[in-house]
Amino acid sequence: MSAMLKINNLSATVAEKPILKGLSLSINAGEIHAIMGPNGAGKSTLGYVLGGRPGYEVTGGSVEFNGDDLLALAPHERAALGLFLGFQYPVEIPGVSFVQFLRESANAQRGARGEAPLSGGEFLKLAREKAALLKMDMEMLKRPVNVGFSGGEKKRAEMVQMGILDPRLAILDETDSGLDIDALRIVGDGINAIMRRPDKAVLLITHYQRLLDYVKPDFVHVLADGRIVKTGGPELAHQLEEQGYEAVA
Amino acid sequence: MTVAALPTRKDEAFRYADLAALAGVWPVAREEITIAAGVSQALSVVLEGGGAIARHLIITLEAGASYDLRVLNAEASFGRLAIDARLGEGAQFTLGAAQLGAGAQVLEIVTEVTHLAPGASSRQVIRSVLAGESTGTYLGKVAVARGAGGTDSEQSVRAMLLDRTATANAKPELEIYADDVKCAHGCAVGELDAGALFYLASRGLPPGEAKKLMLQAFIAEAFTGAPEEERLQALALDRLGALV
Repeated sequence: MSAMLKINNLSATVAEKPILKGLSLSINAGEIHAIMGPNGAGKSTLGYVLGGRPGYEVTGGSVEFNGDDLLALAPHERAALGLFLGFQYPVEIPGVSFVQFLRESANAQRGARGEAPLSGGEFLKLAREKAALLKMDMEMLKRPVNVGFSGGEKKRAEMVQMGILDPRLAILDETDSGLDIDALRIVGDGINAIMRRPDKAVLLITHYQRLLDYVKPDFVHVLADGRIVKTGGPELAHQLEEQGYEAVA
Repeated sequence: MTVAALPTRKDEAFRYADLAALAGVWPVAREEITIAAGVSQALSVVLEGGGAIARHLIITLEAGASYDLRVLNAEASFGRLAIDARLGEGAQFTLGAAQLGAGAQVLEIVTEVTHLAPGASSRQVIRSVLAGESTGTYLGKVAVARGAGGTDSEQSVRAMLLDRTATANAKPELEIYADDVKCAHGCAVGELDAGALFYLASRGLPPGEAKKLMLQAFIAEAFTGAPEEERLQALALDRLGALV
């Protein structure tokens, strides 16, 4: 079986400073991977490089996504192929409603894949269903993107977006930060409901074990100084939590 | 009546105008609009056609009158709208304007709003989106006459530059000869937020669509609440599609 995501010896710089230094990782369909690591290890940079954020420059290596050269594509083209990036700090966009932006985004993706656009009614039905899954009031999605949302609401709104866009691979950057215990469970259940399927995969970027109690990873990787330095099963996350990165990695 | 001489660069109200283009349409007729006491009216001005256009509206609002003026200045190579508004007691004046320029367009709105009597309010919202080597100017003077206490005026002026070669000029100006007045003004020139554009793109929106969506939101306030809001927004959206 060929991997859904194949990262080979990836190096990247931000403002000319090397952050990723030969990172390799393979993710198959049906798998959930977690990347843990200390501050400054390059976790968020990995997410941004895979998403194609301007300013994150790839200086070596390759990334294949279902056989396509991911790094050659613009961010919106990556999304159309089924890549979703959940932001650590979702951006507030005054004046632009979630509903309008998500419908245009979903239809842009569908258009790129040669699928028919969703009508207004079809889209609202889908949005309502996913908002309910994340226990989010549909009225919030009629408001401007993330404006006035609490940290936890922003993270839940990210998961609603993921549900609507229905990606093949979700890279979730510290989706657990800013969540209280109840919200953590709702978000964890949402990730499982949307993404735990044989044809999908998840890469969870996190500092803490606690999200992994709800979303059980198949593999846990330790990222330190721009490389994967250790890979194990779910038990590795517990070991990290108890002993710290320095002792384990 | 003698025809006024063509203004020069030294004339403050024409400081950023395209004087060569202005010469072709000079002199500019004064269009008088008077709203009788207690009457409410609205007008949308869309400066249409690709050549030089200059208009000058003289608006007189009698006591208790209200006037809602919305402007889309987007097509002309040189598009100028001058507005003099004179507000009687308790009158209300609203101006919402969007200027959308590309290429070498020179677009300007020049206002002088005079609160002549107590208790009048004026609100001006000006949004400019400027690409290429276009220039967008807003010169806006609010004058409060002696005795016009209880005046409430606001100027909100924002410009978005899509290219480093575009120019925005903004000069909100206050001249106050009365006590107990409230005159607010804010002015900002900026660029589209790169983080927000990436966020939208990461959800699948192509860059042009992402910019258009953000610019649509940026100018929306100029037309909010207008009787012809939908038509103006649609016209502006068409034009934004050509700018990004």
